[in-house]
Formats: sequence, C-alpha cells, structure tokens
Amino acid sequence: MIFGISTQALMSQLLVGLINGSFYALLSLGLAIIFGLLNIVNFAHGALYTLGAFVAWFLLEYAGIGYWGALILSPLVVGLVGAIIERLMLKPLHGLDPLYGLLLTFGLALIIQGLFLNAYGSSGLPYSIPETLAGGINLGFMFLPKYRAWVIVFSLAVCLATWYVTERTRLGSYLRAATENPSLVQAFGVNVPQMITLTYAMGVALAALAGVMAAPIYRVSPLMGSEMIIVVFAVVVIGGMGSIMGSIVTGFALGIIEGLTKVFYPEASNVVVFVIMALVLMVKSSGLFGKAG
Amino acid sequence: MSEAKPTAEPVLTVREVNWRQALPVAIMVAAFAVAPLFVYPVFLMKALCFGLFACAFNLLIGYVGLLSFGHAMFFGCAAYAAAHTAKVYGFPPELAILTGTAVAAILGAIVGALAIRRQGIYFAMITLALAQMVYFFCLRAPFTGGEDGIQAVPRGKLFFFLDLNDTTTLYYCVLGIFVAGFLLIRRIVHSPFGQVLKAIRENEPRATSLGYKPNQYKLIAFILSAALSGLAGGTKAIVFQLASLTDVHWNTSGEVILMTLLGGLGTIIGPVVGALMVTTLEQYLAATLGAWVQVVEGAIFVICVLTFRRGVIGELSRLLKRPL
Repeated sequence: MIFGISTQALMSQLLVGLINGSFYALLSLGLAIIFGLLNIVNFAHGALYTLGAFVAWFLLEYAGIGYWGALILSPLVVGLVGAIIERLMLKPLHGLDPLYGLLLTFGLALIIQGLFLNAYGSSGLPYSIPETLAGGINLGFMFLPKYRAWVIVFSLAVCLATWYVTERTRLGSYLRAATENPSLVQAFGVNVPQMITLTYAMGVALAALAGVMAAPIYRVSPLMGSEMIIVVFAVVVIGGMGSIMGSIVTGFALGIIEGLTKVFYPEASNVVVFVIMALVLMVKSSGLFGKAG
Repeated sequence: MSEAKPTAEPVLTVREVNWRQALPVAIMVAAFAVAPLFVYPVFLMKALCFGLFACAFNLLIGYVGLLSFGHAMFFGCAAYAAAHTAKVYGFPPELAILTGTAVAAILGAIVGALAIRRQGIYFAMITLALAQMVYFFCLRAPFTGGEDGIQAVPRGKLFFFLDLNDTTTLYYCVLGIFVAGFLLIRRIVHSPFGQVLKAIRENEPRATSLGYKPNQYKLIAFILSAALSGLAGGTKAIVFQLASLTDVHWNTSGEVILMTLLGGLGTIIGPVVGALMVTTLEQYLAATLGAWVQVVEGAIFVICVLTFRRGVIGELSRLLKRPL
C-alpha cells in the first residue's frame, strides 16, 4: 500500500501510462523529424496511426497475415501512402507559410477518419493479442501481461534506434544538415527532395507502427487517432520539436504522469497533459527541450 | 499568412478600401434582409451565426496571421453560458447573450495570454490543446448537461417587448446582431489599431522597432475575436434553444477554419460566404450523404489549399481588381 492505494492498482496504471507514453513518444518523434525537414506539422499523423491499425486488421481479415507480419507490412504500406501524400500534396506547398501544411494535413485527417467512420462505425473492431505474447508473468507484487511488456520494450528500442540513426550515422548527419540548410546540402550533391519524401514516409511509418501495437490493447477504431493527436500536440509543445531525445523523454514522462493521475485523481487524467502544457508555457515558453521562437 | 493578403490594387488608403468595400457589404446585408422570403429562415439564422463566428475567427487569422485551432471553445462556452443563464436564472435573451460574450472574452484573455507566448504552428497546437481541455471540462461540469447538453432554452422577449418565439422577429434580431458584429469587425480592421495588427502580421520585428508592443496587440485582438465568437455562440444558443458538446468540439473549430479558408482569409465578406457554403453543404447534403460530409469537408480543405488559397471571395476580388 502506498498512500492508501494498492501496489497492484498503482503498478497497473503505471503500466498503462508507460504504454501510452511509448505511443506519445513514437508519434511525437515522427512529428519532430517531419517538422525538422519539411517545416510542416503533420496533422494527419493521428489519422495515419489509425490507418496503421486498420491495415493490420485488414491483413488479418483478408490475407490471414497475423500480428508479426503486420508489424512489418503495415508501416511499409503507410509509409508508401505517406510518400505519395508528400509527393502529390505537400511538395507544392514548399516555401509557403507552414500553416497551409497544417490545414492540408488536417483535411487529410478528416478524409481518412471520415472514410473509416463510414465503413466501420465508431465502436471499433477487435484485434487479438498474438499467441506467443498471450498471458502474463506474475512478478509477486503485480501481474505483468506479456504483450504490454513487449510494447514498452519494443517502442523504447525503436525510439532509441531512431535517435541513433539521426544523431550518430552518416544518413542522420545528412538529415540534420538538410534541416539546417537544405539548399547547401543539395549543392553538395545530396538528393534533398528524395530525402524529404523518405523522411515523411519514415515519420508516418513510425505512427503506423504505434497503430499496430495499439490495435490489440485498444480496439481498432476510426477515432483512435484524433484523440491521440491532440495529446501528442500538447506533448510536442511541452518538449519542443528541436530534439529527438527530448521527444522520447517527454513522451514517456507524460504517459507516466497521466497514468499516475488516473490513480490519485482520476477526474483530471484526461486534462493533466494540457495543464502541464499550460504550466510549461508560463515558465519556459520555448518548451523543455526547444529552441526559442 | 503572406499568401492570404487582401488582394487589393497596390496602394489604397484605408479610407478608399473602406469606401470600395461599402457596396459589396450593402449588397450582402440587403440580400440577407430579403432572403427569408425565399429561403427557410432557421437555416439562414444558422448561417448568420456561423458567418459572424467565421468573421470573428478571420479577425485573428486574416489580420494578425494567428491560426487558432480552438475557437470552438469560445463559441461553445458562450453557448453554454447563454443557455444556462436564460434557462436557470431566467435572464432575458439580450442579457444571456451578453453573459455568453463576457464569458468568452474572459476565457479568451486566459487562453490568449498563454497562446501568444508561441507563434505560428505552435500557436495552433496550443489553442487546440487548450480547447480540448475546455471540452473535457464541459463534458464533466455539472451545469452543461453532459452528453445531452442544455435543451429547451427559452427564447424570451428581447428588451421585454420583442417576442423571439416569432420566427420573423427572431430572424431580424439575429440579422441585427450579425450586422452589428460584422460592422464592428470591419471598424476594428480599418482602425489604426487594425493597421498595427497588419503591420505585426507582415513584419513583427519592424513593428517592435517602431515602438509597438506586438504581444499587447495580439492579446487584445485575441480577446476581441474570442468575445465576438462568443456573441455568435450565445446567439446560436438562443436561436436553436440548445447548447451542446458539439459546439465545443474540435470539429466545430475545424469547421470555422474551413468556412474562413473557403470564403477567403483576410477578406471582409469572404467568411460570411464561406459560412453560407459550408452550412448549405451540411444542411442539404447531410440528409443524402450522412457521415460523408466529413470526407467532403476534408476534400474541400485539400483542394482549397492546393488550388485556391485565396478562397472564393479572395479570387473574385483578384479578378475584379477590387477589395471585397
């Protein structure tokens, strides 16, 4: 018992918090990478997270491809959709006020959400946990469902891998250089337009990956993305989009805080992230890891 | 937003612009005055409320360059305040609407003070997040009626003698409120204050170097925009006798953006035209299309941004070579 709350309840909410945190981290990571290079806040990120979950469901329903296949195929499919979106719609907006990119991707989000709502309604579809990860482990002080542990570990690994690629590899150095000065990098012979397309595709593939992982925990629902994206925006405002590690840390931290709030003051659990955002704006308006501006 | 500048001929003084806009404005008001003879008045009142809402929103995006993604919170909270005071405290309609406007202005001051600390897309994300917070508050608060909303709000008598239960009287009262709000916005835009706002939009560092304090101007503009959105929301609650969660939902924030974008950012009558078009779409296509309306709205966003960023009236104004 801690503060009159059973360890079991505390731990299970902490686990839910960590899981939500890993989704926040994966999504805000993708947003940050896309923003860095394209100077666009991708409002469609939530909708593409939904699309990722739906692709997993389609694969199972119509092709008999299970969770593990979907974990690879769904991000590829959504990444391809992303590449098409970037080439057809975002590229013409290059050089315009970034607000137009926000409006365009908001429109895309409405289209994707609307299409799924028409086809499947708002109640959502079930997607079962893969057999290898069914059940759980009794740790003595709590029961740890295997699937949830996997989601946390795997998301963390993907986040760190993304951090490694952008901060420690040659490809990442091109990416960071193009973020600073695209025309100069282009002059050095790097194909920047191609890189932009691939970056957008990779950012939304991360969102799709989160969607596939979320499918067995939450139901596959057309509205899952719009609820998520607004919280992720707040996460991004809190962390600032300047730093990859900042996005990861902020994402996980806010997930945990949200989980703890569910235990100690459930009424506020929906708004705690927004309250923290307001507080951060008052104290350090550029965000915890952000640059001024 | 640089792309959305009023597409006037190069150098026109404020007075000239003002004068040239007088004709289209007069035509618009006259059209609304005779419209109930041809069109269902309740539909027109919805268009008027959303038209005023879009004009208030446009004050911020079109003239200060700030994209608020949470304007539904002002519209919706004002609707709740007006509905609650009219129904529970028995306020007469004018007082209920004014209460709504005041609530929106106060909320605008709080949200504005936080949001103007960041610019551009961060501003949009912050307003969206704060609006979501307000949405959850409205979902839980005891006086909003949760999922049901506040229903059967009495319309009452305006100034104790105009019975608003009569549709024609109600219509012309709503038109009066709309015209008053519209002219106020137009006055703000053409005032010296409005000129400073435009200067800040075009070049904030230069405005600062000239001795203006951009944040003060932005905050005042934000509060004005919030209050006028509240005026629209409060009126809507009295007209439709309903305040519900739809009014504070982010969908409504998206809709007002769509109306303004479609009509023309930074044009004076564009938002009204956009509101008419979107309301028509919802009213007449909802029956046949159902949930496809959302897809259609999304598609309009995409097409608008890709092909005519100036909006219908903005493009028209460019063709006619006169400010509209």
